[in-house]
Amino acid sequence: MKTVYERPKALSDVPLHYCPGCTHGIIHKLVAQTIDELGIEDRTVGIASVGCSVFAYNYFECDMIQAAHGRAPAVATGVKRTHPDTVVFTYQGDGDLAAIGTAETVHIATRGENVTIIFVNNAIYGMTGGQMAPTTLPGQVTTTSPYGRDRKIQGSPVRICEMLSTLDGVALAARGAVDSPKNINATKKLIRKAFENQLEGKGLSIVEILSTCPTNWGMTPKAALEWLRENMMTYYPLGVFKDGEAVR
Amino acid sequence: MTTTMIFAGSGGQGIQFSGKQTAKTAMHQGKNVTFLPSYGPEMRGGTSNCTVVISDGEIGSPSVSSPDIAVVMNLPSFDKFEPKVKAGGLLVCDSTMIDKKTARTDIDVLSVPASALANDNGLSGFANVILLGAIIKKTGLFTLDEFLGLLIGGIPEAKAALREKNEKALKLGYEF
Amino acid sequence: MKGNEAIAEAAINAGCLYYFGYPITPQTEISEYMAKRMPKVGGLCLQAESEISAINMTMGAAASGARAMTSSSSPGISLKSEGISYIAGCDLPCLIVNVQRGGPGLGGIQPSQSDYYQATRGVGHGDLRLIVLAPSSVQEMASLTAEAFDLADTYRMPAMLLADGALGQMMEPVDFSLFEKREVPEKEWAANGHGGKRKKNIVNSLFIDPQELENSVMKRYERYKIVEQKEVKYEEYMTDDADIVLVAFGITARICKSAIAAVRKDGIKAGLLRPITLWPFPKKEIGALADRAKAFLTVEMNMGQMVDDVRLAVNGKKPVDLYTRTGGMIPSVDEVEEKIRAMAASL
Repeated sequence: MKTVYERPKALSDVPLHYCPGCTHGIIHKLVAQTIDELGIEDRTVGIASVGCSVFAYNYFECDMIQAAHGRAPAVATGVKRTHPDTVVFTYQGDGDLAAIGTAETVHIATRGENVTIIFVNNAIYGMTGGQMAPTTLPGQVTTTSPYGRDRKIQGSPVRICEMLSTLDGVALAARGAVDSPKNINATKKLIRKAFENQLEGKGLSIVEILSTCPTNWGMTPKAALEWLRENMMTYYPLGVFKDGEAVR
Repeated sequence: MTTTMIFAGSGGQGIQFSGKQTAKTAMHQGKNVTFLPSYGPEMRGGTSNCTVVISDGEIGSPSVSSPDIAVVMNLPSFDKFEPKVKAGGLLVCDSTMIDKKTARTDIDVLSVPASALANDNGLSGFANVILLGAIIKKTGLFTLDEFLGLLIGGIPEAKAALREKNEKALKLGYEF
Repeated sequence: MKGNEAIAEAAINAGCLYYFGYPITPQTEISEYMAKRMPKVGGLCLQAESEISAINMTMGAAASGARAMTSSSSPGISLKSEGISYIAGCDLPCLIVNVQRGGPGLGGIQPSQSDYYQATRGVGHGDLRLIVLAPSSVQEMASLTAEAFDLADTYRMPAMLLADGALGQMMEPVDFSLFEKREVPEKEWAANGHGGKRKKNIVNSLFIDPQELENSVMKRYERYKIVEQKEVKYEEYMTDDADIVLVAFGITARICKSAIAAVRKDGIKAGLLRPITLWPFPKKEIGALADRAKAFLTVEMNMGQMVDDVRLAVNGKKPVDLYTRTGGMIPSVDEVEEKIRAMAASL
């Protein structure tokens, strides 16, 4: 018999806590597959953040550190600078990376730290039960924007990859999605590239991944995927915003 | 035996330098010594002062309210520290900068027109060193040679002019 | 050498090759010294974008097994408090230096001891302790820095050097070889790549199950208990026959010594107990003095913070009086002297 699919070795053999239809699981798998393919599990250190992915330290087989809310890039810097031979990645959601941790995000990029950031954007705070995120779309209803996000009151969503692509320390800033097999494959390539960049010492690589939150969006998983395509992708276009080597 | 000193003047007059050099020389004598500077915005152009304590024994407080010796290089410093000098202590003034005289009879006064002497001898900016020379002579805390040795020794050989000026200024004060 | 520079050099001597900081008066010389020296010894001095980031970089370094430190002054320590709590919750060793200035708020930049409560009680959320060392000379800035790293490694907990602006700026001679070096345990728990040789390490402070969290806190407190039993440090000065025992730490203790020497000349039997570790606090030693002495006087550069610990230790056996200056004011020898004389007169 021939094995056509198996769980990546870098992904722990434990049940994930994510809600049904959530796409975090897919993204975990893509990261774990990349770690397997590159054969780097033994020297990889992952930094879990605060948010839905807070338990990521239980899901990867490499060494893991759980950081304070928004501070994963600073913790990653501490690891990478003291142990340059390790492969360091952070796994952060939109609230963590683009609200409370904005300064850490911008400055890990200005320094051009040679680490990889996996940024999961689902336009909502999932863990705390569906509050407005920095990436919540205009008009989008959440528990803290019950009448829809009003740009006049709550400002506009932040496009992280576009913003970071202006910084010299960034090697790769790219946005993918996990709504379809095609996009999953494309995202996988971006993640692999983000890790390869680190192995080649190119500087900061960030892959933003548009992800669904059926539970807090109040949709079926299928409807959530459609909503992502129709609404998120128009505000957050997929693509590569910077690809090269950081100026350091 | 403990000697407490306060150096005070305007930022840029070399107040901290004078204190440090005094502390350094005492340290080389094998004495216990503390140097406590004023810091912060005061360093940048305002008033500047520092406290030096020299002792054969353990030094308790590094901050001093009534010093044995106060070295003042401008009028506000005179006003502030003249009343604080310990009875029997010494007040050292740059008399070019300070036109007041103390009314106290319980302290000794060493008045040197250091800034004028500096200007007249092409030593602008070295009034503090001139005062140091005068203090050494007056107090006998250090010999001229040991003080000069460390003063010059701290300056790179490439800066021969600077070495020369320091030596000239110190001797000028010593011989005043 | 300046107190701040002595901290930096002592840290490098103690094998700390990683420093993460952010400029703030009156501790900036630590960052400047590190920036100059670290590249020459193959280490790293990184200026972070904030105090918050600096403490979290320190956490990352510590979590991956490096000997690391950060430093700041009072307002900056408040910013670091979140990170310190995580570091304590993850059982990570590192050194945090606080060169205190006056507060609250932006406060001032002159020396203060008003972060005593913060350091010994509320340095971060949750049940936690730091080993808090209070130097009172430039020599101790160096030797306690070196010891702090070993203590932190031994007990897997963060240590704080609680100094003040005067000690930071002051110059005194210093000998870097003067400290007790310890054998410290290997960091088998560090997350720096399992290398295929061991199970993965997780550095984490999250325990969703309350029973699990209680267990983890209890376990940590067992360690804290050992620290309390074995690591109390203090200095006694003329306490043998003292009627009045002063209790003061840091720079204030030196002022007290001068005041004691002065009143002793007039036959007033005063002495000093100087806590060197503020946590663990020398409560047994103060309790023992309470049986012999007639009264206590706590002298602090705040509105009276350590006095709570002194009162707990004296436990009502004798009166505990207080003399304080705050806001960056340093109590003068004369003021303390006068206070002792007034107390002696009413004994």
